Amino acid sequence: MHVKLIIAAIKPFKLEEVREALTSMGVRGMMVTEIKGFGSQSGHTEIYRGAEYAVNFVPKVKLEIVVPADMADQVVQTIASTAKTDKIGDGKIFVLDVESAMRVRTGETNADAL
Amino acid sequence: MKLLKYLPLAALLAAMPSLGLAQEAEAAAEAAEEVVAAAVPTDVVFILNSLLFLIGGFLVFFMAAGFAMLEAGLVRSKNVTMQLTKNMGLFSLATIFYYLIGYNLMYPLGDWAIEGYFSALFPAVAVLEAVGVDAAGVDDYSYASTGSDFFFQLMFCAATASIVSGALAERIKLWPFLIFVIILTSIIYPLQASWKWGGGFLDEMGFLDFAGSTVVHSVGGWAALAGALILGPRIGKYAKDGRVTPMPGSNLALATLGTFILWLGWFGFNGGSQLAMGSIGDVADVSRIFANTNAAAAGGAIVALILTQVLYKKPDLTLVLNGALAGLVSITAEPLTPSLGMATLIGGIGGVIVVFGVPFLDKLKIDDVVGAIPVHLFAGIWGTIAVVLTNGDAYLSTQIISILIVGVFAFVASAVVWMILKGIMGLRVDEEAELRGLDTTELGMEAYPDFTKG
Repeated sequence: MHVKLIIAAIKPFKLEEVREALTSMGVRGMMVTEIKGFGSQSGHTEIYRGAEYAVNFVPKVKLEIVVPADMADQVVQTIASTAKTDKIGDGKIFVLDVESAMRVRTGETNADAL
Repeated sequence: MKLLKYLPLAALLAAMPSLGLAQEAEAAAEAAEEVVAAAVPTDVVFILNSLLFLIGGFLVFFMAAGFAMLEAGLVRSKNVTMQLTKNMGLFSLATIFYYLIGYNLMYPLGDWAIEGYFSALFPAVAVLEAVGVDAAGVDDYSYASTGSDFFFQLMFCAATASIVSGALAERIKLWPFLIFVIILTSIIYPLQASWKWGGGFLDEMGFLDFAGSTVVHSVGGWAALAGALILGPRIGKYAKDGRVTPMPGSNLALATLGTFILWLGWFGFNGGSQLAMGSIGDVADVSRIFANTNAAAAGGAIVALILTQVLYKKPDLTLVLNGALAGLVSITAEPLTPSLGMATLIGGIGGVIVVFGVPFLDKLKIDDVVGAIPVHLFAGIWGTIAVVLTNGDAYLSTQIISILIVGVFAFVASAVVWMILKGIMGLRVDEEAELRGLDTTELGMEAYPDFTKG
């Protein structure tokens, strides 16, 4: 069966909540990276010892999740509803087609590898 | 509207002076009751005076640890080992050169080469009393042991040098800095200190500086200012469009620990400067000084906390730390005569000076890494002027003239030494070393090797 890659950038404090929601709906693995970036929030300013400075890149957490194609929509919806705070900077979710997947230990491919 | 939130605190601060007065009135009433004073034997006076010097001395010694931790916390992690190395080096060099030259240059004991101005071209090295000396053999039976006096005074000299290292952090080479420390602790500090504490012309003029707002702190501040101007700012600190790039410190827990250690050490700094503990009056005065010193630090910290909240919407811990220290520097010129409330206010103004002084230096593109110049120089000047508020023997004109004389001397002498060192060996590390950090490039040793992000 065809598989899809979901890339999501979310607020770091939402990571645990999102992980719980995803595992309870049957997602069996994810890759997590601490990243910095900007989107429409495009940074903010802070003051250190009286000097204002711009924080151009905001800390975020990036999730990479590979799931069977028929699960993808549900995963996207779950991430979106769980990570949402209604404030600017909640993040983005992208969905990509995956050409192939393989489990290293057994050599199983695609959906069987997940 | 926003200010309304702070009204209760402001009212509390305003009420403090009257609280202090009430306490004193009570003390005066008690003192009025008839008591018969018992004479203190000369031996006991000698012992207690020496003990005050020793306790005060090791408290001021601990300030070296305070400076080291404050500076280690406020520099970036790539420069921490270098900052600690400079602090070890400067204290140890101050010890050696105050012994060799400084102590007797500072205390001519009436034996001047040029009366009131200059002790001697080649002063004798400091010499302690003999082992197991008796009352007849001590240098000054009516006062205190020479060893305790030397030990105590040495610590003040070392503190002056500590002030300089923080301002010039993250870009100055180790050896030229240490050579400057030698000149500062053997000549610049002791020479100007002899004008006041050695009984020189400033003392004759009636200049009052109890524990050294000017003699110690401003002198360190002037030396740091001269160095910072000649050395220039860190690469990238000031952008071409005038914006200031913050370079946040590596460890605010250490910086806070350092500040509290300095606060503790200051009880020895100011309390010990009573220079005597052999009578009821002296011990009571030392007690007043401890309490006032503490009050001033608290005043400086609280004012900085509130001011940064009002000005920047968030309190800035680094400025609160500087505020406490500025409060301490402000009370150092006269920690004895103020009431508790007055001491709090004098320290509080020190806090104001720091909150405005730090961005002011940035506007002038003078890069002072830890805020040493606002804390020690600006607040030192304020503290020296503030003596006239509570001490009837002080004259504003004399205080200001003395601030100027000491300032011009310390700044010019320091600038000359910095320029000579710059000409002979260069002051700055090269650009790559500065960007990679002095720990790996100059020392090959990192303070936090497990954290590699620099």
